[in-house]
Amino acid sequence: MLELINCSFSVSDPGGDLDIVNNVNLTVDDGKFVVITGPNGGGKSTLARLIMGIEQPTSGKILFNGTDITNMSVTDRAKLGIGYAFQQPPRFKGLTVRRLLSLAHGSELPEHECCTYLTSVGLCSKDYLNREVDGSLSGGELKRIEIATLMARELNLAIYDEPEAGIDLWSFAMLVGTFKTISKNRHRSVVIISHQERIMKLADEIVVIADGKITKQGPCDEIYPQLLGEFSGDCGFGGKEDADVE
Amino acid sequence: MSNFTGYEQELLEAVSDLHEIPEGAYNIRRNGASMSRNSTEEIEIVPKTDKSGIDIIVKAGVKNRSVHIPVIITESGLSDLVYNDFFIGEDADVLIVAGCGIHNDGSSDSRHDGIHTFHIGKNAHVKYVEKHYGSGNGKGGRILNPVTELYLDENASCELESVQIKGVDSTVRTTRAYLEKDAKLLVMERLMTHGEQKADSDMTVELNGENAGARIISRSVAKDSSVQMFHPIAAGNSKCRAHIQCDSIIMDNAKVSSIPEIAANHSEAEIVHEAAIGRINNDQLLKLQTLGLSEQEAEEIIVEGFLR
Repeated sequence: MLELINCSFSVSDPGGDLDIVNNVNLTVDDGKFVVITGPNGGGKSTLARLIMGIEQPTSGKILFNGTDITNMSVTDRAKLGIGYAFQQPPRFKGLTVRRLLSLAHGSELPEHECCTYLTSVGLCSKDYLNREVDGSLSGGELKRIEIATLMARELNLAIYDEPEAGIDLWSFAMLVGTFKTISKNRHRSVVIISHQERIMKLADEIVVIADGKITKQGPCDEIYPQLLGEFSGDCGFGGKEDADVE
Repeated sequence: MSNFTGYEQELLEAVSDLHEIPEGAYNIRRNGASMSRNSTEEIEIVPKTDKSGIDIIVKAGVKNRSVHIPVIITESGLSDLVYNDFFIGEDADVLIVAGCGIHNDGSSDSRHDGIHTFHIGKNAHVKYVEKHYGSGNGKGGRILNPVTELYLDENASCELESVQIKGVDSTVRTTRAYLEKDAKLLVMERLMTHGEQKADSDMTVELNGENAGARIISRSVAKDSSVQMFHPIAAGNSKCRAHIQCDSIIMDNAKVSSIPEIAANHSEAEIVHEAAIGRINNDQLLKLQTLGLSEQEAEEIIVEGFLR
């Protein structure tokens, strides 16, 4: 179980401190699939980075299975079984896809298992196993490999930061199925930052974050219709599914 | 290899991956003298009579053969200068594994200067692998100054892979290549320096014939207080293409300079140079840390991959 208690994160700004995450209290119970959504710049990615330990909260506490991990390093959190898929994954000259997947898995991954994970994100494994994770990959390919690095791990908590970003609509439809199956099997709890309706519909719980605060939180059945209502009020396209992916 | 001491065996493995006397043509040079040599019907190795060194003659049309010519030095204070000339016949296709390992436990400098000249015949292909390695705890330097000259005849191609990963205190690497019509050259240079080491790499590629092409990829990592200097020059003297890419990771208090020089002496010459020097990207470190690696382990994996 993940608990964020009064978590804040602010940065210094010429006009005074700027609150990116403001006094957030959030609990992700074991076995839950939580989708965090909300407008751009609302603090969603920062929240994910606080959970992974890439950023340290300015105040507040983070507990994982009862242990205070607030001051724990990224490496140690990873060893507790927390995983994070970057919104904009880095490229590595010379590192092959197979090596990266093996590093993620924690030991040399047999070819057939690499293939399973690559196929699950829509990549033809034999074309990619020995490719380098470098500038020769497109943004969408890189992003799918990033998602595969989390699929290759057995995690207590998997965090995906906008997995849809950079991936075409057709491939994404297939990825949704992957989240439903592999992620639910291999990851005890899942937190996905997403704007995608198809992803939201998978959620046990939806959390809406705006201006660094949780503005809505509750079961999918309750929150999802409210979000649609907000959209329809704005532009008259309420209920239209699968809007173009960003 | 019972003829070799432990250090010698370690050096041989490091520079040529040899665990035993190789099959086919080879010449093993130890402490300034040839200690073992074998020619075959297809590949002849002949000692020079006017100076130190050998001629390696590959007959025309010989395919899928390899030649090993490692050099090992374990005697502190030895300075070894050797001239090796390669004559690759037309249509041949061979792998040549050279390389030099120096183990120096003494206080005097040990040095090997290998002057290698390749004459690659029409339509022939050569892959030339050269690894440099140093070991030992002596105060004496381990110095390697290789000179590689490549003459590529019409439609000849050459892949040059040079690797210096560990233990060489000082190196001045000079490479010159001359390409005729349709000749192709691929150079992959990998270098790591640490401690107080110094490495200079001067490379000149003259693209003289029509449709000649060259691609030079240099990757280096400079650690501690080491200093690296790269000076690649590409001159296009006809309709040709050349691409030079130098990437360096700089760490600690190291210094890296890259001074590219490209010249087009023909209106259809296309020559590109890219150079980048920088620290390890923080996101790369973070990504690997999110997989459970420590910062140091992440750094090692990034460097290992980069120099792969």
